[in-house]
Amino acid sequence: MNKPATPLPATAPPVLVLPAQGQGDKDNDGPGKPDSARQLVLGLLFGVVFGFLLQKSGVAKYEVLMGQFLLTDFTVIKVMLAAIIVGMVGIFSLRALGLVELHVKPTRYAANIAGGLLFGVGLGVLGYCPGTGVVALGQGNYDSIAGILGLLAGSYFYAETSGYLASTIQKFGNRGGIMLPDLLGIPLAMFLAAFVPLLVLGLLIVAKLAP
Amino acid sequence: MQQASGSWSPYLVGTLIGLLSMATFYFSNKPLSVSTAYARLAGLVGNLFFRGHTENLKFYQDKKPKIEWGVMLGFGMLLGAFIAAVTGGEINAAWVPALWEDRFGADVALRLGVAFVGGAILAYGARLAGGCTSGHGISGALQLSVSSWIALACFFASAVATAHLLYRF
Repeated sequence: MNKPATPLPATAPPVLVLPAQGQGDKDNDGPGKPDSARQLVLGLLFGVVFGFLLQKSGVAKYEVLMGQFLLTDFTVIKVMLAAIIVGMVGIFSLRALGLVELHVKPTRYAANIAGGLLFGVGLGVLGYCPGTGVVALGQGNYDSIAGILGLLAGSYFYAETSGYLASTIQKFGNRGGIMLPDLLGIPLAMFLAAFVPLLVLGLLIVAKLAP
Repeated sequence: MQQASGSWSPYLVGTLIGLLSMATFYFSNKPLSVSTAYARLAGLVGNLFFRGHTENLKFYQDKKPKIEWGVMLGFGMLLGAFIAAVTGGEINAAWVPALWEDRFGADVALRLGVAFVGGAILAYGARLAGGCTSGHGISGALQLSVSSWIALACFFASAVATAHLLYRF
C-alpha cells in the first residue's frame, strides 16, 4: 500500500508535529518493550476524550444501557452505529493512503460465540460495559466500583484458565484474522460500497422508529 | 437535538468517536479497546502476591501485566468522564441506580454484590470473545472483522435476554 518513499530534502518542514509512529510495531506486548512516553501520554489524552464523549452521550447511565436491552432507549445503538460508520469510512480511507494499518482480531467461532454470550449476561447483570463502567465511576455511579473489582477478578480468573482454553475451545473454528468480504469472497471496495450505505440506512431506520 | 438520556446528541458523539478512532490508529497505531487494560491491572495485582505463578499463566505471557497505552487510556477515560460530569452538572453520587432501586430495592450490599458478579462474568466473556463493546463492538466492527460482528451479535442477543429476565418477569 505504501508509495515508494521519495527522500525528502533535508530542509523540508515536518508535515506533522506528531509523526505517525509504530508502523511495523505490530505488537507492543513483547517482553521488556515498554510503550514510549509519547504513547503513554497519547493513551491518556485519547482516554480523556473518549471518557468525555461517552459521559456526554449518556450511555454510561445504568438506565440508558439497560434501556437499550429492554428495547426502550436506543441511544447505545445510535452512538455505536454512528461511530462504526464514520470510523469505517475514515480508517479504510487512511489505509488506502498508506497512513494506517489494520488490527483485525482473530476469528475463533466457538470462543467468539461462547464469550460473546457470556459477555451479554455480564452486561445485563452489571448494567455497564468495561468502558462505561469507568465512565460511570467518573460521573459518580459508585456501584461501578464493585463492577470494576469484579472485572479485575474475572480477568485474573480467565488468565488462570487460559492454558486450558487455548487447548480446547479456542481451537474450534479458528480462522485467523478474516474480514466480512473474505467470507463472501468479494473485493473489499465492493463490499464497503454496499455495506456503508446499508449501515447508514440502518441508522436512519433506528432514528425514524426511535427518535 | 436534545436527548433525554444524554446531554449531547448520540449521532454527534458517535461521529466524534469515529474520528477519535481514526486518530488512535494514525497517531498510536492502536484501535480503541478497554477490556485488556483490566486484565493487565489484574496481572499487576497478581504479581504483588504470586509473582512467579502470575507470570507463568499463558494469558500473561502474551499480554504482559504492565502500565501501557491501553491502561493509560482507561485512566484517561475516568478523568474525561469526571470533567464532563462536573462541567455538565451531572455528578450523580449514588450507590444504587434508580431503575435498579425501583425493581430490587435500595439495599446497597445487594446491588454491589450483583455488580461484582456481573463484572466478573463480563470480564471472563470479554477475554474469551477477544474484546468488549469498544474493542469488538466499535473498533473491530468498523474494520469488518468477522469475529467482532459475531461477538457483537452475541453480546446484544444475550444482554437483551438477560435484561428481560431481570426486569420483565
